[in-house]
Amino acid sequence: MFGIELSMIWAVLIAVAVFLYVALDGFDLGVGILFPFAKDSHERDQMQSAIAPVWDGNETWLVLGGGGLFAAFPKAYAALMPALYLPIFLMLLALIFRGVAFEFRHHGRKSGKKWWTIAFSGGSIVAAAAQGLVLGAFIQGVNVVDGEFVGGALDWLTPFSLLVAASLVAGYALLGAGWLVFRTQGELFERARGWVKQLALLTALGMGAVSLATLGVDPRVTYRWGLTMTSVDWETFIVLAPLPLVAGGLCFLLWRGADKGQHLQPYLYTVCLFLVGYVGLAISLWPYIVPFAMTPSEAAAADNALALMLWGALPMLPLILGYTAYVYWLFRAKVSDEAAYH
Amino acid sequence: MDFDALLLSRLQFAFTIGFHIIFPAFTIGLASFLAVLEGLWLFTKKPVFRNLYLFWVKIFALSFGMGVVSGVVMSYQFGTNWSVFSAQVGSVIGPLLAYEVLTAFFLEASFLGVMLFGWKKVGPKLHFFATCMVAIGTLISSFWILAANSWMQTPQGFDFAADGTMVATDFMQVIFNPSLPTRLMHMVLAAFLTTAMVVAGASAFGLLKKKALPESRTALRMAILMMALVAPLQLVIGHQSGEVAHRYQPAKVAAMEGWWETQSQQPTLLFGWPDEDAEATHAAIGIPGMGSWFVAGDANAELQGLKAFAKEDRPPVWITFWAFRVMVGMGLIMIALGLWGATLWFLKRVDGATLYQRALVLAAPSGFIAVLAGWIAAEVGRQPYVVYGVLRTADAVSPVPAGSVATSLLVFMVVYAIVFSAGALYILRLMAAGPDTDEPPPKETSEPPGSPLATGVKSAADKGA
Ligand code: HDD
Ligand code: HEM
Ligand code: HEM
Repeated sequence: MFGIELSMIWAVLIAVAVFLYVALDGFDLGVGILFPFAKDSHERDQMQSAIAPVWDGNETWLVLGGGGLFAAFPKAYAALMPALYLPIFLMLLALIFRGVAFEFRHHGRKSGKKWWTIAFSGGSIVAAAAQGLVLGAFIQGVNVVDGEFVGGALDWLTPFSLLVAASLVAGYALLGAGWLVFRTQGELFERARGWVKQLALLTALGMGAVSLATLGVDPRVTYRWGLTMTSVDWETFIVLAPLPLVAGGLCFLLWRGADKGQHLQPYLYTVCLFLVGYVGLAISLWPYIVPFAMTPSEAAAADNALALMLWGALPMLPLILGYTAYVYWLFRAKVSDEAAYH
Repeated sequence: MDFDALLLSRLQFAFTIGFHIIFPAFTIGLASFLAVLEGLWLFTKKPVFRNLYLFWVKIFALSFGMGVVSGVVMSYQFGTNWSVFSAQVGSVIGPLLAYEVLTAFFLEASFLGVMLFGWKKVGPKLHFFATCMVAIGTLISSFWILAANSWMQTPQGFDFAADGTMVATDFMQVIFNPSLPTRLMHMVLAAFLTTAMVVAGASAFGLLKKKALPESRTALRMAILMMALVAPLQLVIGHQSGEVAHRYQPAKVAAMEGWWETQSQQPTLLFGWPDEDAEATHAAIGIPGMGSWFVAGDANAELQGLKAFAKEDRPPVWITFWAFRVMVGMGLIMIALGLWGATLWFLKRVDGATLYQRALVLAAPSGFIAVLAGWIAAEVGRQPYVVYGVLRTADAVSPVPAGSVATSLLVFMVVYAIVFSAGALYILRLMAAGPDTDEPPPKETSEPPGSPLATGVKSAADKGA
């Protein structure tokens, strides 16, 4: 009984860590995705300045997500990681390039700088796409027998995972554009507002397509939403229907565009949009931690390990959120026009 | 689960961790060095310390970035390549790694932003605080990761659950396992020495090139002090590591020493060519009795040789033997350089000693070599087990096709070669340029930062602008 509770607590904590990762690193990956659309090198410097002091902290949520899964749900980790070997590898590779490019772009001379600019945006795009592939493969479910992955090396590569990947790239770009509206001014600010509008449309399309496709992934998901091939269970569906409606409303708000006085709103709306999608997904896949193969209590580490970690997480997480918020507050002002990264 | 995926995964793990450890070895020491420099600058207000800080923080930023990206790779490899290991020991060392993220990685990563981008934006005291947090973060991180690694070397405080996985019976025993104290000390000192050797080399280079003389003189003396004090201490701690290893992993010590027969008066070999097929060490030149005396404190102590262990329980001997010798050799070189420097300092002849300065430039990478060699000796010597005596490496590997691992290993090699050569190039360029001698001091502002002007990583190019 207590074991079930502890594993549920950890499932929720890890889900929160992953969501924080998406909301935070999402915007700095998004800024990298938007790099090719910047006017010139000066504008790219400003875009990078808007994220440089915080990107490392943001990426640490990914380490917590992965490390937390290893620590709290070793069996899920052991089943998922081999299944996702190649997309995870692709993501790590891309994160290497974009991570070092923050510093390297400013040390490279002419061609060096150009190359690290490409590495930065290419790395951001590939990392976002790889995370989409991981998510897509995760939703599809992996082939597990006796706790061990028994599928093939390319099981993750399906039209569905490609669709998720494309949508996630658009979604991250939207987060990035929202962040740029918040942190920049002048010409770049105007440009970012335009990006928000366009990307809101693209993201809405992507989310809609992914949601419909997810219904088709497994009958259990369709059933969860009160749908079957031939009929609709209105009572279930009505309860859940507000989610897509809220998502649609948020996309509309973003697309209509904010007046110039609004700076933080586009980013926050986008975070809400992601949250809605995330909750929808959680509803679809509940109660699996490895879809259709393992539940949290089946995959959990021993109780004493979970309890020990909870004792650490309870004081540490608020502390981490506290100093993270402080650092964000410190760097809250707009990147000024004349003073770029260097 | 074929042999190829196993071998490739081992190669990939060794390659990626080998690359990763280069950066912690340097950044752990450098972060503390920076904290000391900034403290001295706040306390004495001497511009040399500020200039040195602003110089080394640029190199720190580059190294730390590479440390982070190579570290993220490591944390996912447990799952991608060693999934059976992960499922088996997750309940035991998982919490240690989780604590590392919670107590160290967030601290480092968050305050790194303030450290690199806050020089002109926050007051000097707050900036100093940020530097200290990063330095402390690197040390906390070492504690947890070494606790995990030491447990794998000398496991205790665990039991098997009904499903065959390991669970901890006592986490205090898991964390404070027998080899943690010496390994933690040995590694932290190794990091300090690595940094001291690099700082000494770069400062000696500056003196030889007559660049930034006051800065180079000061930094060189700080490095000599570190070397003279810590290199001999490292010998003592290393010796204790050997005693611990002898008690818990006698086969590893036999391999490090090249002993095959169980006998009293075991020698210390200065040279030799271990041959696993012949079960002998050819061309051995050594001092009889010294080995027994080092390890057991008594020249007549009878110590086990490799033949006392079944063939399938022996580690690869040649690598362990030579890696150990390379590490100790580097240690002896550092001790010699420390003594030489201290003598010159005492005679007030450091600044003119060009021969000594050339030797330091040459010895700048010695710390990296020793750290890599030391880890290779410790980890290869642990084979064929991944958790010593409990879980064999061969039983720990993921069920992934060899083709996937071959692809990832090849691409990692190419990518690391590109990325880290570029990083090394940029660091060497900065070192060749030497410290800037005139950067503005930090000032208190009430305004929120207008832009994260990265004074800390200001490139040499726009110095004039
Ligand atoms: C003795 C110290 C030490 C050792 C043995 C290791 N590391 Fe490390 N690691 C650090 C010391 C460190 C550090 C000092 O905390 C780093 C290195 C440089 C840096 O930039 O932070 C770091 C960075 C770092 C990061 C990025 C943290 C961030 O986002 O800020 C990860 C995920 C790991 N490491 C993971 C590992 C794993 C899985 C290892 C073993 C297999 C490992 N490290 C060995
Ligand atoms: C928590 C920390 C660590 C864990 C969990 C760990 C785990 C492992 C594993 C699973 C292997 C594969 C077995 C094999 O390849 O034979 C391995 C091998 C190895 N590890 Fe570690 N390791 C850790 C720390 C380190 C560090 C810090 C280094 C330093 C560079 C290191 C160096 C190596 C090397 C060189 C090998 C290859 C040995 C061989 O192939 O024979 N390890 N380790
Ligand atoms: C000078 C004499 C030295 C001696 C006698 C010595 C001894 C040892 C021994 C016995 C081990 C294996 C411990 C184990 O596997 O349990 C070891 C490991 C290691 N050594 Fe040394 N060492 C010396 C110098 C150095 C120096 C100068 C450095 C680096 C600057 C260094 C870095 C390391 C590292 C990183 C490891 C692996 C981590 C560990 O197991 O502690 N050592 N050393």
